[in-house]
Amino acid sequence: MKYPQELFYSKSHEWVKLKGDCAWIGITDFAQDALGDLVYVNLPEVGDEVTAGETFADVESVKAVSDIYSPVTGTVAEVNEALLDAPEAINQSPYEAWLIKVEGITDREELLSADAYQEMAEAEQK
Amino acid sequence: MKLIFERGAEGRGCSILPPCDVPEVEFSRKRETKLCLPSLSETEINRHYSELEKQVYGVNSGFYPLGSCTMKYNPKVNEAAAALPGFSGLHPLQPEHTVQGALELLNRSEKALCEITGMDRMTFQPAAGAHGEFTGLLLIKAYHQKRGEGEKRTKILVPDSAHGTNPASAAMAGFKVVNIPSGPDGCVDLEKLQEAAGEDTAGLMLTNPNTVGLFDKNILEITGIVHGAGGLCYYDGANLNAVMGIVRPGDMGFDVIHLNLHKTFSTPHGGGGPGSGPVGCKEFLAAFLPGKAAERREDGTYEFETPAESIGAVRSFWGNFLVVAKAYAYILSLGAEGIPEAAESAVLNANYLKKKLEDIYPMAYPGTCMHEFVMDLSKIKEKTGVTALDIAKGLLDGGIHPPTMYFPLIVHEALMFEPTETESRETLDEAAELLRKLYRTACENPKELHEAPIHTPVRRLDEVQAARKPVLRYSYDL
Repeated sequence: MKYPQELFYSKSHEWVKLKGDCAWIGITDFAQDALGDLVYVNLPEVGDEVTAGETFADVESVKAVSDIYSPVTGTVAEVNEALLDAPEAINQSPYEAWLIKVEGITDREELLSADAYQEMAEAEQK
Repeated sequence: MKLIFERGAEGRGCSILPPCDVPEVEFSRKRETKLCLPSLSETEINRHYSELEKQVYGVNSGFYPLGSCTMKYNPKVNEAAAALPGFSGLHPLQPEHTVQGALELLNRSEKALCEITGMDRMTFQPAAGAHGEFTGLLLIKAYHQKRGEGEKRTKILVPDSAHGTNPASAAMAGFKVVNIPSGPDGCVDLEKLQEAAGEDTAGLMLTNPNTVGLFDKNILEITGIVHGAGGLCYYDGANLNAVMGIVRPGDMGFDVIHLNLHKTFSTPHGGGGPGSGPVGCKEFLAAFLPGKAAERREDGTYEFETPAESIGAVRSFWGNFLVVAKAYAYILSLGAEGIPEAAESAVLNANYLKKKLEDIYPMAYPGTCMHEFVMDLSKIKEKTGVTALDIAKGLLDGGIHPPTMYFPLIVHEALMFEPTETESRETLDEAAELLRKLYRTACENPKELHEAPIHTPVRRLDEVQAARKPVLRYSYDL
């Protein structure tokens, strides 16, 4: 299981790459592993507002449909549309398969470092 | 095996269809593509469906402990009742005075089901469970709108162990869904509920017993909190089988409920449907019910009536009428003693099977359960590499339909068993024996289980490919 050091993590298993007031958001290696093979991704549209702690997308695996929560508040600037046709990219490389890019961040929830997230994820597995 | 479209030959036919007695007319706009209908002889049709039947597994073939689906046996006397020509030969637009028996059946079924659930009125329009949820939520919406709080009360509280249809129905009815986490005991976390309930709460959706097979002992407090905040309480009847005739949702504080006649009241389920998801409510919501209800006049005759402030029809005509006829036959067969007895036996069967397995299969929640129980195979997966899916596939090889897998989501590697009351002790013993054997295989030769099933008409299916690139219909080469 990978936990890249340069990223931040939410308790609901999203990763965030922060750059100025921009952020790329995806789901973690732990999350994709727990969900199993993804078969469908439902993404917001460019221009939509996302709110920290609220759901902005959902993913469907052979096991279940799960909501994805935004760790930040801001506006959707880009959507990774390639995932719509190839949701398996999230399983193959979760940290490259970003879902959305958010701009104009005004708020964010308390984020975890890679080490803190790893600790939390491993505890959850037990 | 071949599809029906791949059988037969052009020009072949059979005598099942009578000759066309409608005069043929030349249309100016003729279809340009080939019609593409299968052309089979009667022998070929017969053999095709007989072959299909051999590949199917149902309650008639064996044990079917699919959790929360209540796959109980469907007594054949129900079919006899529904097949009575006075029921099966009706047209939905017949004048009321010619369908008095059917109206009486609807009226009596409503009374019986209201008695069992503690509701005041019921509609039979909804076609099945999720449709019932949607209808029930529209009643809640109409109630708040009438009180001038429709704009304000926009949120429906749903526990995280709920059936996936609950949040989906709430979203369809235009509500925002707020997830309420479960406590470590698998029941609703009262503190979290208290925090979430407020002036924007339209209602709560709950099953009790819940999806992990536990009766939420705080139910009166739960419904009290929601009522205190001005919201209404919706009961998802998916698990009513555990408590029918023993405790009533109406007495637990619920205002609106739906039932699944195709689960609890023994009408066919799944592909054999159709279902029926009647919605019941307390008197103060009755004016909003979809039309039409079968009312009894003073002279003993029956008529259809639409409630004063009805939300409108949610389905064509009177719902799946013949399913109601089957459910009514079931209620009358069991009677006032048989109904609670069925619930007690359902709970006993679940606890019996649980007890026979809990020394090797870790249970998600210890202690006694209601009508269903959930195993947590994550420790077994860690130790042997065998997953809940592998065990399910192994059960197929042993001639048993697998339980519900990977649900509820709050339990990892979940297998949810609901044996129902219609299974004998011998069947449960055989199932337990098979599960114990599969556990030994998991420990000694896990590879064998990764490859299961071997003895089924088709081996392990590619679920991922089926979901990503579904082929939903046959394509003719034109």
